[in-house]
Amino acid sequence: MSEPIISFRGAVKEFPGRGRVGRRSAGVRAVDGVTLDIAAGEIFGVIGYSGAGKSTLVRLVNALETTTAGSVVVDGTDLTGLSEARMRPVRAGIGMIFQQFNLLRSRTVAGNVAYPLEVAGWSRADRDARVAELLTFVGIADKAASYPSALSGGQKQRVGIARALATNPRILLADEATSALDPETTADVLALLQRVNRELGITVVVITHEMEVVRSICHRVAVMERGRVVELGDAYQVFSDPQQDVTRRFVASALRDRPSPAVLRRLRGRHPGRIVTVRIDEVSGSSAQVMEVLADRGVHGTIVYGGITEVAERPYGSLTLELGGDEAAVSAALDGLHAVTAVVDHGTVAAPAAEGNDR
Amino acid sequence: MRPDLVPLLWDAFGQTLYMVLITLAVGGFFGLLLGLGLYLTRPGNLLANRPVFAVLNVAVNIVRPVPFLIFLVALGPLTRAVVGTTIGIEAFTFAMCVMASFVFARLVEQNLVSIDPGVIEAARAMGASPLRIVRTVVVPEALSPLILGYTFLFIGVLDMSAIAGYLGGGGLGDFAIQYGYRQYDWAVTAIVVVIIIVIVQLVQWLGNTLARRALRR
Repeated sequence: MSEPIISFRGAVKEFPGRGRVGRRSAGVRAVDGVTLDIAAGEIFGVIGYSGAGKSTLVRLVNALETTTAGSVVVDGTDLTGLSEARMRPVRAGIGMIFQQFNLLRSRTVAGNVAYPLEVAGWSRADRDARVAELLTFVGIADKAASYPSALSGGQKQRVGIARALATNPRILLADEATSALDPETTADVLALLQRVNRELGITVVVITHEMEVVRSICHRVAVMERGRVVELGDAYQVFSDPQQDVTRRFVASALRDRPSPAVLRRLRGRHPGRIVTVRIDEVSGSSAQVMEVLADRGVHGTIVYGGITEVAERPYGSLTLELGGDEAAVSAALDGLHAVTAVVDHGTVAAPAAEGNDR
Repeated sequence: MRPDLVPLLWDAFGQTLYMVLITLAVGGFFGLLLGLGLYLTRPGNLLANRPVFAVLNVAVNIVRPVPFLIFLVALGPLTRAVVGTTIGIEAFTFAMCVMASFVFARLVEQNLVSIDPGVIEAARAMGASPLRIVRTVVVPEALSPLILGYTFLFIGVLDMSAIAGYLGGGGLGDFAIQYGYRQYDWAVTAIVVVIIIVIVQLVQWLGNTLARRALRR
């Protein structure tokens, strides 16, 4: 891993409890001892259910919140104990986009993008040139004079991204940036974030509760639960070998390639033969290997369920097959499949295997 | 109405205008400051400060519900200290300014509370200072309701000016009482009422138009 651009060391953020002095309820530990390095140039995902502390964690990076214990070092600057005035330049050097876009309704698209440049003290002419350049980059140059109320959600987020990139930050924080968008627009915005990362070399930290977002753009991912990072790794590795229950639930939500018990019952109704699910990925087996094994053993494989998609731009998924052929051949084919990939044997209608959906 | 009353009516109109415009200017300015103070120091906001918020909040709550007629009299000592006298239009205009400031403060605060906190967070994330956020985000984002609040203030101030004018000897209110009510000349009273209605309609129309322009949607 290259040099970390963001380092959390035992970072804690505790919000004081509500209530009067003397009857004060216990505080809430939104972030509870997080130690984490985010490398320069990567797209890093932080996933968790709402209330897991991910939004607070990302706000520690641009000092919208300050740690109550531990430290956060961003681009060589230790944010611990920095005064409000000293934090402003740190914030200005980090772009941020939001779920609800948070555009100024009183300003045009161009005016919104110019805002951080005004804060940074750019001259009028420099601002105008930079705004035009940014709006072209995000693909909404024709909307410069429109007000945000006239834009669609996807266009608003493009304005948000242009605004966040205005001052050439090294880090872009995306807080549920696609959660208010429809699937198609989500894909567009994610593709734009990927361009931001690739073409401009900006480190992107993506906060999300949608595993789909992690699946399509993140290089690495941290899974958060109750203020802690419970799982951390390459996105592909976390998908293919999740360790925690919460991670398994997220993975299952993004990949619907495995038959549920109900689906399996219907499959058995249609396909009386031996049904197996084989994993298709880079680590274990490819579909070519699977087909080769079946051909070798003289077994006919019918694909009855499943799908292969990409995780972190690498193939991943599973296929559910009905195996046709004599019993000895099918059994030999199963041994062969076990040798190349992970296999779940569902048995036949006559002799169903215990319903396991182990991933 | 007797023709010789017309110049007097004009004088009364001028006096009302004087009281109302000064009060709107001074009360608008200090009301905006007080209202911003209330909004910014509210717990959880940009300059959260519980003691300051509590003091401002209580001050507004004490002044606002007092009937203006009583407030006018009760403020006497302060009025004497500032204006030098407790009677006359000037003295009562001072009391109007004070009352209008507190009334407008609450109106401003109520309109600012509706601003999306996310927009303020976005400005903070871009490194803007609190003062800049007030100037470039808080006020512009709430401009439309602020204009409507200011229009509402105008009508309240016009109401106050009738009472202040009557006690201070001037303005449309005083004119309606002196030459209408006391002389059983209902035409005078009616004319004054019509003038006031026309003024209020015009101002409300102006306020609505400006607020709509500021809305941007």
